[in-house]
Amino acid sequence: MKLLLKGARVIDPAQKIDTRMDVLIEDGKIAACEARIKATPNTKVIDLTGMIIAPGLIDMHTHLREPGLEYKETIATGSAAAVAGGFTSIACMPNTEPVNDNRSITEFIRRKASEANLANVYPIGAISADSEGKKLTEFWDLKEAGIIALSDDGKPVMDAALMRRAMEYASSLSLPVIQHCEDKNLSAGGLMNEGYYATILGLPGIPAIAEDVMVGRDILIAEYTRTQVHIAHVSTAGAVRLIRDAKARGLNVTAETAPHYFTLTDKSLQDFDTSYKVSPPLRSEADVAAIKEGLTDGTLDAIACDHAPHGRTDKEVEFEYAANGISGLETSLGLSLNLVHDGVLSLSELIAKMSCNPARILRLDKGTLACGADADITVINPDLPWTVDVKAFHSRGKNSPFHGRSLKGRAVLTIVGGDIKYNGLAEKP
Amino acid sequence: MMKLGKKDILGIREMSVDDINLILETAESFLEISTRDIKKVPTLRGKSVINLFYEASTRTRTSFEIAGKRLSADTINISASTSSVVKGETLIDTARNLEAMNPDIIVIRHSAAGAPHLLAGLVSQSIINAGDGAHEHPSQALLDMMTIKAKKGKIAGLKIALVGDILHSRVARSNIYGLSKMGAQVVVAGPATMLPRDIEQMGVKAYTKLEDAIAEADVVMMLRIQLERQKQNIFPSLREYAQHYCLNRKNIKLAKDDVIVMHPGPMNRGVEISPDIADDTNYSVILDQVNNGVAVRMALLYLLSGGNE
Repeated sequence: MKLLLKGARVIDPAQKIDTRMDVLIEDGKIAACEARIKATPNTKVIDLTGMIIAPGLIDMHTHLREPGLEYKETIATGSAAAVAGGFTSIACMPNTEPVNDNRSITEFIRRKASEANLANVYPIGAISADSEGKKLTEFWDLKEAGIIALSDDGKPVMDAALMRRAMEYASSLSLPVIQHCEDKNLSAGGLMNEGYYATILGLPGIPAIAEDVMVGRDILIAEYTRTQVHIAHVSTAGAVRLIRDAKARGLNVTAETAPHYFTLTDKSLQDFDTSYKVSPPLRSEADVAAIKEGLTDGTLDAIACDHAPHGRTDKEVEFEYAANGISGLETSLGLSLNLVHDGVLSLSELIAKMSCNPARILRLDKGTLACGADADITVINPDLPWTVDVKAFHSRGKNSPFHGRSLKGRAVLTIVGGDIKYNGLAEKP
Repeated sequence: MMKLGKKDILGIREMSVDDINLILETAESFLEISTRDIKKVPTLRGKSVINLFYEASTRTRTSFEIAGKRLSADTINISASTSSVVKGETLIDTARNLEAMNPDIIVIRHSAAGAPHLLAGLVSQSIINAGDGAHEHPSQALLDMMTIKAKKGKIAGLKIALVGDILHSRVARSNIYGLSKMGAQVVVAGPATMLPRDIEQMGVKAYTKLEDAIAEADVVMMLRIQLERQKQNIFPSLREYAQHYCLNRKNIKLAKDDVIVMHPGPMNRGVEISPDIADDTNYSVILDQVNNGVAVRMALLYLLSGGNE
């Protein structure tokens, strides 16, 4: 069975293509990408006039919660959320219970993902056993089992010597190391960004320097050891500046941010609404402006969801006890398209940050529509108005501060390996 | 008909000047009841008030209980415990259970900022915040305003200094809002570790020296230093704190001659306030605060129960 996508604007930043073309898919691969392709018998034709065809979106920072926390999300529900949000591939963080710090957990995740048979799921392995920051995991064994990167996620490696060894050892295996940058001593006890709003709410603050200090430290380690580091969910102006300087000096540093960090500020917490509680915390207007600048000038390579699904019981509690995170897979593209509507990024730049750049950072053979590539394709209707409704989420995590928000543009067709995994073409807004 | 603008008393930040004035005037009219031989009026007979205290409190809980009883309300005290680690009944479930018993007012104290707001969004009853984390303590600020008004005849135009651990103080936040709304000039002082970031944006001047803050002040309010803050390295020792931030006979001369000294209690004598100042009725109005506290809480219960409708 062949699939012919007709009449769309094809944007493939990896090949610097942005033009109206037809795309033919055969045997799970991109067979042709030409101005006009004639349908042959046995070909299913989909008219996509007015739509955009992009290489399948890749979310490099997702939490799937399985094993252990299935009430928040499973690999199957998270994969369904991914394809509904336009993501053909997702990389899942190791902070499950137990932590993905050994081959058996990695294999379990891959088996569950293949059973779900929706998105490509790439496990990220833990840097240290149980992510406790004490003893390195078996990177080699984990890589053979299928991990594509290493991170201790929300339990950042505080011990600089361990981080140095992790980055060196990982470099010998070409495994990217991802750090959630947060100096735990500076952030201890904190519940929101330190600043005016924390002051009036009487909530303990997490200073921006808790992030900046560790970003600076890890850049220095990367420079000294001539290795690579990827900075997760950048939220501060200081971190953007440090990463920009590091890149200018030619260091192998990459970085991502998440939609909430260019959409919301700490002012949103005024009513103690726990759906806005995230880690790192929502920052100030000046930080949001700096994040946008960092996206525009290329300092920030990628936009990642930091999809953090939670159950109601995790969020419907006192602010202090509420879990951090936003269920983000199904709102990420819509929120990120605002960057295009507002002139922060071109469509091509946005797609690069959500597809080919994550593929490059994670060293995945993905993120392009070149002939012969895996037919992972996201079809976007950039102008479709819709309203976020958590009840319609495929994710088990209904925790979103964006519920009720009007957005413009979303994924309408998600194709993974040549198969349609999500089809929202018929849906009326 | 005078009526409060809101169903709940969650904080002074969202309280209008009209509501503050109404509460203070009502409280003033209730003062006399506490001087009677029979200290009870039937105003709230048949109403029930639940004091839901998740944090230890002697003064505030007793004050709310006495306030309710003097108005003939049935008051019920619940001492609850809470923890993020040990999973007990959630605040939401506790609230729904209490709601099902149809009380009229729930007074809540909680160590987590925002807990009263969570409760207020869930139940139909009126909620009074009796202190939430380092956020607000509205009844304390109201009784402080009542005391200042009684002693000075006004609040507008006065220079009022709050000294101590502003960072962790809900009393400071509620007073900054209330006193500023009523037209006072509020200044705060403490070591830089005790001054929250961007405090100036709340419309106050911040000083790191006690002497600078209390100079020419009409009112000096000393805040309690909590010993456990030492562990967070907010200050090195009580000894050093007392040497530089204790209000005493010498530094009080920097304030106006008719300065009044306040403290929300409980006091650490010899730490933030010297005993001879605390006990000198030429300065100290600390026991007036406690007395006014009962009247203010009577006013809150009365007005939330329908008031003079």
